[in-house]
Amino acid sequence: MKPVNWKTLPGQEDITRMVFSNGITLLARSNFNSPSVSISGYLAAGSMFDPLDRLGLADFTAMCLMRGTQERNFQEIYDQLESAGASLGLGASVHNVSFGGRALVEDLPLLLGLLSEALRQPIFPPEQVERLRAQLLTSLGIRNQDTGDLADMAFDEILFPNHPYGRPEDGHPETIQAITRDDLADFHRRHYGPGSLVLVIVGAVDAQQAIDQVQVALGDWSNPALEPLPVLPPLHDLAEGIRRHIPVPGKYQTDLLIGTNGPRRGSPDFMPASLGNSILGQFGMMGRIGDVVREKAGLAYSASTSLSAFIDAGVWEVSAGVNPANLQRAIDLILQELQRFIQEPVTMEELRDSQANYIGQLPLSLESNGGVVNALLKIERFQLGLDYYRRYPDLVEAVTPELALETARRYWHLERLAIVSAGPDLYEEL
Amino acid sequence: MDSVTKEQLPGGLTVHLKEIHTAPIISHWVWYWVGSRNEKPGATGLSHWVEHMQFKGTPIFPTSVLDKAIAREGGVWNAFTHLDWTTYYETLPADKIDLALRLEADRMFNSLFDPEEVEAERTVILSEREGGENEPLFRLGEAIQIAAFHTHPYGHEIIGYLEDLMRIQRDDLYRHYRSYYVPQNALIAVAGDFKTEDMLARLSKLYAEQEGGARSGARSRTLSDASLPQTGAAVAAKAGAEVIPAEPPAREEQYVEVSGPGETTFLQIAYRSPAASNPDFFGLTVLDSLLSGPTSINLFGGGGISNKTSRLYRALVERDLAVSVHGGMQATIDPFLYEVHITVHSQHKPQEVMKAFDDQVKRLQDERVSGQEIKRAIKQARALFAYGTESITNQASWLGFAEMFASYEWFTSYVERLAAITPDDVQRIAQTYLTPLNRVTGVYLPTGESVEEGSEEDEPDEAG
Repeated sequence: MKPVNWKTLPGQEDITRMVFSNGITLLARSNFNSPSVSISGYLAAGSMFDPLDRLGLADFTAMCLMRGTQERNFQEIYDQLESAGASLGLGASVHNVSFGGRALVEDLPLLLGLLSEALRQPIFPPEQVERLRAQLLTSLGIRNQDTGDLADMAFDEILFPNHPYGRPEDGHPETIQAITRDDLADFHRRHYGPGSLVLVIVGAVDAQQAIDQVQVALGDWSNPALEPLPVLPPLHDLAEGIRRHIPVPGKYQTDLLIGTNGPRRGSPDFMPASLGNSILGQFGMMGRIGDVVREKAGLAYSASTSLSAFIDAGVWEVSAGVNPANLQRAIDLILQELQRFIQEPVTMEELRDSQANYIGQLPLSLESNGGVVNALLKIERFQLGLDYYRRYPDLVEAVTPELALETARRYWHLERLAIVSAGPDLYEEL
Repeated sequence: MDSVTKEQLPGGLTVHLKEIHTAPIISHWVWYWVGSRNEKPGATGLSHWVEHMQFKGTPIFPTSVLDKAIAREGGVWNAFTHLDWTTYYETLPADKIDLALRLEADRMFNSLFDPEEVEAERTVILSEREGGENEPLFRLGEAIQIAAFHTHPYGHEIIGYLEDLMRIQRDDLYRHYRSYYVPQNALIAVAGDFKTEDMLARLSKLYAEQEGGARSGARSRTLSDASLPQTGAAVAAKAGAEVIPAEPPAREEQYVEVSGPGETTFLQIAYRSPAASNPDFFGLTVLDSLLSGPTSINLFGGGGISNKTSRLYRALVERDLAVSVHGGMQATIDPFLYEVHITVHSQHKPQEVMKAFDDQVKRLQDERVSGQEIKRAIKQARALFAYGTESITNQASWLGFAEMFASYEWFTSYVERLAAITPDDVQRIAQTYLTPLNRVTGVYLPTGESVEEGSEEDEPDEAG
């Protein structure tokens, strides 16, 4: 089974990939259907480098880069961007700092020029640092009474203790308060360099133009002081089941997460797990979980599952937002479905439906420049190969119900789950 | 703009078609002129609940088949209920589109509204509302809408009030569906990789087949007496049109206060603003670009840009009175609200923010903005529109969306109409609309209750 016009999907002959002499990797694909261009990318300067007493340092640094450079101050940067109707932003996750931007194609040099300055020549003006700090602290205050965020944080901490995956990239109020302006400049000096930079450009520009413009903006960047990547602690699967409830005052709904470790992106388990996940809690009105929790029991407006696969680990979880009085009933229903999921294989019909969905949806996900950018970032980040989207239908179709079951059993151990809820106080005994 | 075909089918259904051959995709939208605007006190939330029930099956597409049908073909779909309209869309690979056409034609006429499904959906909608109530800004927004509209149905949230959601019965929903889900009250918009003659022929055939069970009656397009200066409400009502009571002019400035958990104070300033069909809508859009930054009105893919060079950002955020500010309007049939949202800095009080805000409004009223500033706002609008054209789904959405409150020409001439705005226009708009009498100011005051990090304890899970 191939999608309609599968040859129009990105492939070796229309994706340009080149590595510059300073290590920067560029991927580019043209799209002349709209006079705009999207850029995105990352480099290895993420929260994996955060000291424990300065959690949030990588993110704070990334967000401060555009607050003033050696060439332009804050107002000049934003005046030039906003006058062009363009956008550019940066932020940190665990391994990487990611960036993204968009402009009309004639403003691509502006965008790349600003990106280059932000990455290479930030000056961290003290007034801007303090202003940004106040904004970050306000965000943390809002996070601190958001049931979804609180459940997510607790869940990650349980799954990945003593590891950057288990710590929030935006830190905590105390750690953000502790970070100084010099910490930011120091972090930048030690961790920002071209060697790990990946840049993707999609839009109304041909490959040679993209290459030339990147060469001008970033081709001569080097950082001899760059430090090596950290050695991260080993990861372990959950050793026992954990139940945690976070009481949050003044709320009307409880956020619930039930989950476990999942495959990392490079694992051969990924595709069978992904299709299993689709059946379990995504396909149609959110799969079996949506059917049982929302459609049949009416317990939740949102009930679904997700599979998140990172470089070194993964998460497989069920989430729902429920009335506090229905919390235990929702937990019981979900556990029942999980039991069924690892007891018997999914049906051929269920599997075929999800396979058809994956293959059919591929052209739709590549409709816009942003969609193509994300597709190219994915194949580079996880080293999937330039021909990945041409091979994709075969990878999807190779999964059988038996393979999906065998894979699900490797991850879902119902006696070793993390069950986290955040919302009004629990009244009953667990 | 590429050409658009507009037709009206014999049963009264309006059809807009636009061929786009850049990708093998088709996006199909059905729009109904019904939203929270059409709801009376005691029955708020009807339109949104009817939208939910549209996913609960017909005889040909029972609920278990419906929810999987589109996904199986690799499509994406969704639905939205808004103030003035309800819409259902599907985007599919071009060779699979017939499923969407059949599905929408079927559920326009044949949804079952099974009583058990109605009850199951009651708790789902209550859950959706509870999710909203968890958010300070939902509660603040609701309080402001209530204060801004005492008469007009825009005063209640689209999801409806809790009391009404507990009270509404199956027959209420079914009656609402049969009244508004009629071909004369619907518009179908399709954009993508098809041939116009073929698509038109297919739609004609499909809806002619359904017309066997069609309901009669004049088009139930609703009017408000504010838009009937000549004929008047009585005449319109006699002609069978539903008339929505207009909101009378405000007689005093209003304040609302909401409190709840957290540490952060939120301010929301809402001015009664012109309807989309009022020429002043464009002047106020330009004003807002200067005051709080440009807003994208695309339903999809337009995204936005930052607003750090806007007047309010410079006056509030760069002076450390606020940590963020955003503003915008919505395109509506009747006058709605121009809203500015401000997150107050933890070291300052809302009164200080209001003073600085009022200074910026006065500046717009007393001094004309420069032609240069307006030119900049136009360039921003052009860029945001260009981003929207990347997506066939977004282009398809505009074929129908603009017809809900004006016409497709409203969309095609949008940037040109903005470009015609002069500094004098902006000054007059500021003087006319940004008056204290014309606004509702809302503040969310935190009680300081918050979660102490690390306060929770783990328990080993014995559920197994």
